[in-house]
Amino acid sequence: MNIGNLIKISFRALSNNKMRAFLTMLGIIIGVASVITMLAIGQGSKVSIQSQISEMGSNMIMIQPGAGMMGGVRQSASDMQSLKMEDYNAIREKVDYISLISPSVSSSGQFIFGSNNYPASISGVNTEYTEIRKLTVDEGNMFSDLQIKSSAKVCVIGQTIVKNLFTNGENPIGKVIRFNKTPFTVIGTLKAKGYNSMGMDQDNIVLAPYTTIQKRILAITYIQGIFASATTEGVTDKATEQISEILRANHKLKATDDDDFNIRSQEELSSMLTSTSDMMTILLACIAGISLLVGGIGIMNIMYVSVKERTREIGLRMSIGAKSKDILAQFLIEAILISFTGGIIGVILGVGASVIVNLTLSWPVSILPYSVFLSFLVCTVTGVFFGWYPAKTASELDPIEALRYE
Amino acid sequence: MNKTIIEIKDMKRDFVVGTETVHALRGVSFNIKEGEFVTIMGASGSGKSTLLNQLGCLDTPSSGEYWLDGHSVGEMNKNERSTIRNRKIGFVFQSYNLLSKTTAIENVELPLIYNPAFTAKERRQKAQEALESVGLKDRLYHKSNQMSGGQMQRVAIARALVNDPVLILADEATGNLDSRTAFEIIVLFQELYRKGRTIIFVTHNPELAAFSSRNIVLRDGKIIKDINNETIASAREVLEKMPKQEEN
Repeated sequence: MNIGNLIKISFRALSNNKMRAFLTMLGIIIGVASVITMLAIGQGSKVSIQSQISEMGSNMIMIQPGAGMMGGVRQSASDMQSLKMEDYNAIREKVDYISLISPSVSSSGQFIFGSNNYPASISGVNTEYTEIRKLTVDEGNMFSDLQIKSSAKVCVIGQTIVKNLFTNGENPIGKVIRFNKTPFTVIGTLKAKGYNSMGMDQDNIVLAPYTTIQKRILAITYIQGIFASATTEGVTDKATEQISEILRANHKLKATDDDDFNIRSQEELSSMLTSTSDMMTILLACIAGISLLVGGIGIMNIMYVSVKERTREIGLRMSIGAKSKDILAQFLIEAILISFTGGIIGVILGVGASVIVNLTLSWPVSILPYSVFLSFLVCTVTGVFFGWYPAKTASELDPIEALRYE
Repeated sequence: MNKTIIEIKDMKRDFVVGTETVHALRGVSFNIKEGEFVTIMGASGSGKSTLLNQLGCLDTPSSGEYWLDGHSVGEMNKNERSTIRNRKIGFVFQSYNLLSKTTAIENVELPLIYNPAFTAKERRQKAQEALESVGLKDRLYHKSNQMSGGQMQRVAIARALVNDPVLILADEATGNLDSRTAFEIIVLFQELYRKGRTIIFVTHNPELAAFSSRNIVLRDGKIIKDINNETIASAREVLEKMPKQEEN
């Protein structure tokens, strides 16, 4: 008996019982599709959380002076004068693991344009700051190094400021706004970033050359902080270590002294959020596992029953000359045809459902190749096994008993 | 002198049910020659079904010998018995046992599918010839669930003929049919008998003995009667005397 013949028999048996074949397939289809969709939604959320973190600048390192004591009075970090431009330059030159670095000084006050005013703080930074904070200039330009050198009274403003000061929809570029009493020329606007996951408005921002803030607003020579960007997220730790060494050396701290600065990276935040999303992935994997199990049991049942109810057919085939292996081969081929067709339809439906979820609910989805592979494998293997197993039992029956089976 | 198709010597078959041993056949011996139409009769429990299973190579004897067309069935394994059933025997069952939702011609082809010697084209042709010989020329592509009992039994007979068996084995082949249809089937068997087919017809209906050439009666696993019937009644005549069914 050749394979071609067997495939023809199996195919004929299936097409003669389309409903039964379809119902059997349905278990596999639903099993595969639901696992793919659920894992796609889970992975999508995870990816979206991760991209949110890196939008915040997950490789960002913030250095602030430590809140030290001055004459027994604990000082706020911004009043500490321990961070100097020399520190900034040393870090810039000596630390290998940072790609971008910017000093930071800031002052808060009232911005005024015409009859509008809005309270905000102005950040004095250098040109690399936008890249560290993942900000992009929308209209106009960022200020230049030359403008930093000359302590130019220019600024780049975020969309919240634009909205509150330019209420009549004027183009802010080239307009002069006042920060307290100091006039600043707006030379650029930043693209809207919206609120971050901590609920902070990322568009409520004004950037100016740090020299301008130091000299013209605050009249100070020290800096209030340093922002840096590690070359990759992975080396944030090493960068932090090096910065710490350099600062301790610069500040002439003894081994027993506490740091007079704080170095913070986004690592904690990032690891917290990743662990949250990891938990979500585990949760979804559990749901997927359970639905695979339930789907598998469904497949098992329907395969088992549909083979059992054909025991008489098996008896007949054997009595007119089919050998056990012919019977087994026929049912195995049927099970393979059903399982694979069902599996493939399931994959298509699962991918389709993920896309529909993405389009209609605008949930982020990301289809994992392993979920497609795994669900396909589990469902088809279950299908084939539970098609094969009762067929094996039936093919080992006496044809007499199989014929009498009710 | 016709050749001997079946040779059975002191066949015994015991079944172990729980702790008891049931002796279904207690030493049966007979020969059947080519071209005989044998009815095997007996009440239930007489060993009739057991004997049928033996004759059909569905089962092997506990002791004794069974030669079918020169092959010793008792020594065969399962696969060899499958093959000999496929090549030498045509089965007709009481409940037809057609594949459901399958056309007549596909049902008739079935035994040939398990015989690699036939190509798809030959199968179709042989199946068509077999269906024509049982008078179902215009029912080739009817599905089994669109046919009457008599038609289904004809398809089953065509299926039993398609592999040119040395022996046609009918198990209560008229049991599920009304008496008129039953006689139509008997007529068909008598036609096959006249064409020289060897037929064994197992039944519990004593009336049918008159239409066969030989009658074997079993009781308690032994043959109590084995007579040749010199004056075979014509089933066709009986059929013609029966009141005609309302054609509708």
